[in-house]
Amino acid sequence: MSEFLFLYRGGDSSGSPEEMQQTMQKWVAWMKELGDSGNLKAIGNPLEPGGKVVKGKQKTITDGPYAEAKDMVGGYTLIEAKDLAEAAQLSKGCPIFEKDGFVEVRPIMQINM
Amino acid sequence: MEQRAFEIDEHLFRHESGRMVAALTRIFGVHNLALAEDVVQDAFCRALEVWKFRGIPENPSAWLMATAKHRAIDVLRRERTARTFAPELGRLIESEWTLSPAVHELLGTAAIQDDELRMIFSCCHPRLAEPAQIALILHILCGFSVSEVAAAFLSSNAAIEKRITRAKKVLAGSKKLFELTAADFSARLSAVHRALYLLFNEGYHGASAETAVRAELCGEALRLAGLLRRHPLAATPATLALGALMCLHAARLPGRVDASGELHTLFEQDRSRWDMQLIGEGQRLLDLSATGSELTEYHVEAAIASVHARARSAEETDWERIVGLYDMLMAIRPSPVVALNRAIAIAQQDGPDRGLDAIRSIGDLDRLASYPFYPATLGELELRGGRRAAARDHFCKALTLARSPMERRFMERRIGACGE
Repeated sequence: MSEFLFLYRGGDSSGSPEEMQQTMQKWVAWMKELGDSGNLKAIGNPLEPGGKVVKGKQKTITDGPYAEAKDMVGGYTLIEAKDLAEAAQLSKGCPIFEKDGFVEVRPIMQINM
Repeated sequence: MEQRAFEIDEHLFRHESGRMVAALTRIFGVHNLALAEDVVQDAFCRALEVWKFRGIPENPSAWLMATAKHRAIDVLRRERTARTFAPELGRLIESEWTLSPAVHELLGTAAIQDDELRMIFSCCHPRLAEPAQIALILHILCGFSVSEVAAAFLSSNAAIEKRITRAKKVLAGSKKLFELTAADFSARLSAVHRALYLLFNEGYHGASAETAVRAELCGEALRLAGLLRRHPLAATPATLALGALMCLHAARLPGRVDASGELHTLFEQDRSRWDMQLIGEGQRLLDLSATGSELTEYHVEAAIASVHARARSAEETDWERIVGLYDMLMAIRPSPVVALNRAIAIAQQDGPDRGLDAIRSIGDLDRLASYPFYPATLGELELRGGRRAAARDHFCKALTLARSPMERRFMERRIGACGE
């Protein structure tokens, strides 16, 4: 088994209370599914929308976001899967796709020392 | 790593939205209604992000309210010089020592129930027409977005947006939320009854083809009527009768539309599908409403629904009593639809020709011109009188007036019943 990071990017979270509740419940159900199938290594965290960017030799500090809002990382999860193909397949169940967001699937480097 | 997930009410966000907006509006002042809505929207966004990962908390309502409280305190702190807030907050807002305790106290559970009621009363402002009152209630107290209200009323988003924006302006222009101790309380309570009655009817008889949407409107009306009953000032006999009427009608909803989405009249419904628990609650409320001297249209309509609820079939219904009750209703609140229903009851009791006579004598028949169940009733009575061709014509007319695929299929079935 290998480990992967799911980065949740973008996705419109606005809507009526009813729509927001439905979105939330879909996420809860999806996370539970990942847990039940043994693919959830760590559920991860949501990220606050704001932040700072520190950049360059001058180490200039500027306000975030560092990407377009539609690409911004809103949270992450640690996944266990056989290979990258399986991890990508697992990400397809994520409710973020219904809200114009996307999932970045990144293999965590395996280090044997 | 397991996520905690507690079961929650399927409309929790919707209902909490109404409670939270009402409570925050009291603190911010009604002129800052939009600000209260923003804070509530923020709280939901936060819940969405956190609960995705952490699961639904044990007490989701308290979680949401606590989040809204923190945001409210931030807003009050940040804007205390830029805006004026509710006078109740007074000088408490000026000091960090008093601000937070004051907000916590003002947002206590007991106070919030009153806030919801005051918001319902405020939405029924005499300067607002009834459709605007209902749209506002759905939007503010039931958390319906503009497009959800538009879907419920088969109206365009633009039209509903305009209606709600105007209504909010009137609401924000009133000095403060309606006081339950105000001198015009009972007049306003009547307006609230009427608005909730119309909201319920929109669900029960309305044009939306979506059974789920219609059940939601009935459910919201029932919930808000329940709020009225829980307040000693608002729990009048008319309030109880309105609750009885809603319960007794809502009990029939499962029989009205079957599993395949077909509409059934009272005469052909499978009565075993009626909700006995709601019927019981309706009867209980109807009994409780029989105090005082005021007889409202809600009492009479509930009494009619109660006769139906007790009958095992259409044939075994006490139609004589129903005709008598419709006579009473015509005296209290005459309308062509009431007169039409009275004619149907007369037809049951004295035969279809007497029913047709009663329809012909309705004064303002033209007000029924676009109501599909007017020609459908004529068709039904002609069919029972054996005049198939005439019946068919009426049902064809009704088909052209049908407002939803469900109504169209119903009329087509009735045309089919007339034979060739």
